[in-house]
Amino acid sequence: MKHLSKAVLVVAALTLAACTDPSRLGGGYGGAGANGAAGGLNDPSNPISPAYFQQTIGDRVLFAVDQSTLSDGARATLAGQAGWLAENPEYDALIEGHADEQGTREYNLALGARRANAVQEYLTSRGVAPNRLSVVSFGKERPIEVCSNESCYERNRRAVTVISAGGLGS
Amino acid sequence: MTLLKRLTSVLVMALAINAVAFTLQAQERTGPLRIEITEGVIEPLPFAVPDFVAENRAANDMARQIAEVVASDLSGTGLFRRIGSDAFISNITSFDSPVQYADWRAINAQALITGSVNVTAGGRVTVKFRLFDVFAGSEMGGGLQLGGTTTSWRRLAHKVADTVYSRITGEGPYFDSRVVFVSETGPKSDRRKRLAIMDYDGANPQFLTDSSSLVLAPRFSPTGDRILYTSYESGFPRIFVMNVGNVSRRALDDQQGAMSFAPRFGPDGNTVVYSLSTGGNTDIYKLNLQSGERTRLTSAPSIETAPSFSPDGRQIVFESDRSGTQQLYTMPANGGEPRRISFGTGRYGTPVWSPRGDMIAFTKQNQGRFHIGVMRTDGSEERLLTASFLDEGPSWSPNGRVIMFMRETSGAGGAPALYSVDVSGRNLRRVNTNTAASDPSWSPLLP
Repeated sequence: MKHLSKAVLVVAALTLAACTDPSRLGGGYGGAGANGAAGGLNDPSNPISPAYFQQTIGDRVLFAVDQSTLSDGARATLAGQAGWLAENPEYDALIEGHADEQGTREYNLALGARRANAVQEYLTSRGVAPNRLSVVSFGKERPIEVCSNESCYERNRRAVTVISAGGLGS
Repeated sequence: MTLLKRLTSVLVMALAINAVAFTLQAQERTGPLRIEITEGVIEPLPFAVPDFVAENRAANDMARQIAEVVASDLSGTGLFRRIGSDAFISNITSFDSPVQYADWRAINAQALITGSVNVTAGGRVTVKFRLFDVFAGSEMGGGLQLGGTTTSWRRLAHKVADTVYSRITGEGPYFDSRVVFVSETGPKSDRRKRLAIMDYDGANPQFLTDSSSLVLAPRFSPTGDRILYTSYESGFPRIFVMNVGNVSRRALDDQQGAMSFAPRFGPDGNTVVYSLSTGGNTDIYKLNLQSGERTRLTSAPSIETAPSFSPDGRQIVFESDRSGTQQLYTMPANGGEPRRISFGTGRYGTPVWSPRGDMIAFTKQNQGRFHIGVMRTDGSEERLLTASFLDEGPSWSPNGRVIMFMRETSGAGGAPALYSVDVSGRNLRRVNTNTAASDPSWSPLLP
């Protein structure tokens, strides 16, 4: 299945389809709709649903200005993510690293990569197979909050774990 | 994509331009009419550009439009001030008639530019022009004749203005050039970005990509024929190289699990420096486009990115946070010990070596403000040229005298726009674009 999802990505890139932007997954329930089992998987009260992962476990951790160190709270969230991934091996995860707008474009891409990597390393240390995790940095390109002060910035300095179908073969 | 076809034909036409001198005794005369743009210019130099003389009916509109573009180019530098035609005492009705210097002195026109335009039924345009030093009572340099097509008439006008600018300032020309940039639409939280290209003054904008994938930071090749940029079309940031003529593109490097970005051409047009992120660490690499050989230039756990070659190809300037914050460093082009060159307060990023080799432009972040600045290549003589909520990403004009950059406004409705500023810090101007725009890259002077 790992190979399948990669093949799908490649095809999508070749055809320049409109939905190749993975940030779209970040706002929703990952690839849950893609495996045809709708309903229950979008139900946040269903513990095996990506919706539950996103809303109850918590799909994101936040960072201090210009830092990629995980706080105690972030580690607790990620421990929950690792537990969920252990119980739901049919899913993979894409970790998106983001930065706030206070910084230059290239530096923020590198900073987002650091943040995504910090999450990946922590999840791996909690037993998640490395081949179920991939990372991407969006730098400052995809803020979720649009004001220009710390109340928004602190929510934009984030790493989001986006659940996607796959993983049965790993 | 019909835009692709249109773009190709525009480019083919543009290449048909040629220039020939028709006055053999053309000499570079450096009389009293001269602007030293390294020194403080208090008063812009007054000049007159009467409508060019239409040599035939088909040239009527173009004769006026070319004079307008010439005037706009010169006025846009902030070094020249146009005298309106309502002040004129003389009119220019024939390109070869003697100039009535007294009439132009009376309105204090220090420079006078006259010209003529001929348009054939086949769409060939011929422009002739002369530059006069009014107070010296003589022609300045020889007259020139330029040939092109009706679709490339703006380039003819830019070439006229470039010649005038160079003769009076002694600097290299830059008006006949283009800018590739990122066109932005949509809300801040879901911005759609497309690569676009335009003349340096915002005319003739064309899209190079659609908005299906996030694209960032295009960079021209040294000859202007190709563009490097970063695209998320695979879902991950990856560098592509695009042929400007036919808009074909290919991925530059294909390493599993890696993210690549911040590419720039070396002066040979065959070497690319860029950043690669693996395992959360970002370092600088060099790629030979022909052989595909890749060389790692930095190996540090810190962030190393935004590399830019010196014009002689011997050195690379880049940013690194190895000291704890973003600072600028130079290193030999084959790697080796970096030398820190930025020591002021705040953070320094996006360094770009001047095409003249004498300066490095950068973005500086200090106390919640962003600046575009320049420094000598050893870090001395730092000067900040701008200040705002977010100024970022300088790009040099072909002659190394003007810097274009992105300025973004704050808040939910914030959006980026392109600005230019003289290397002296004067003449801050917004560049016309149809949409919000970021990440400008200035082409070399067109052939």
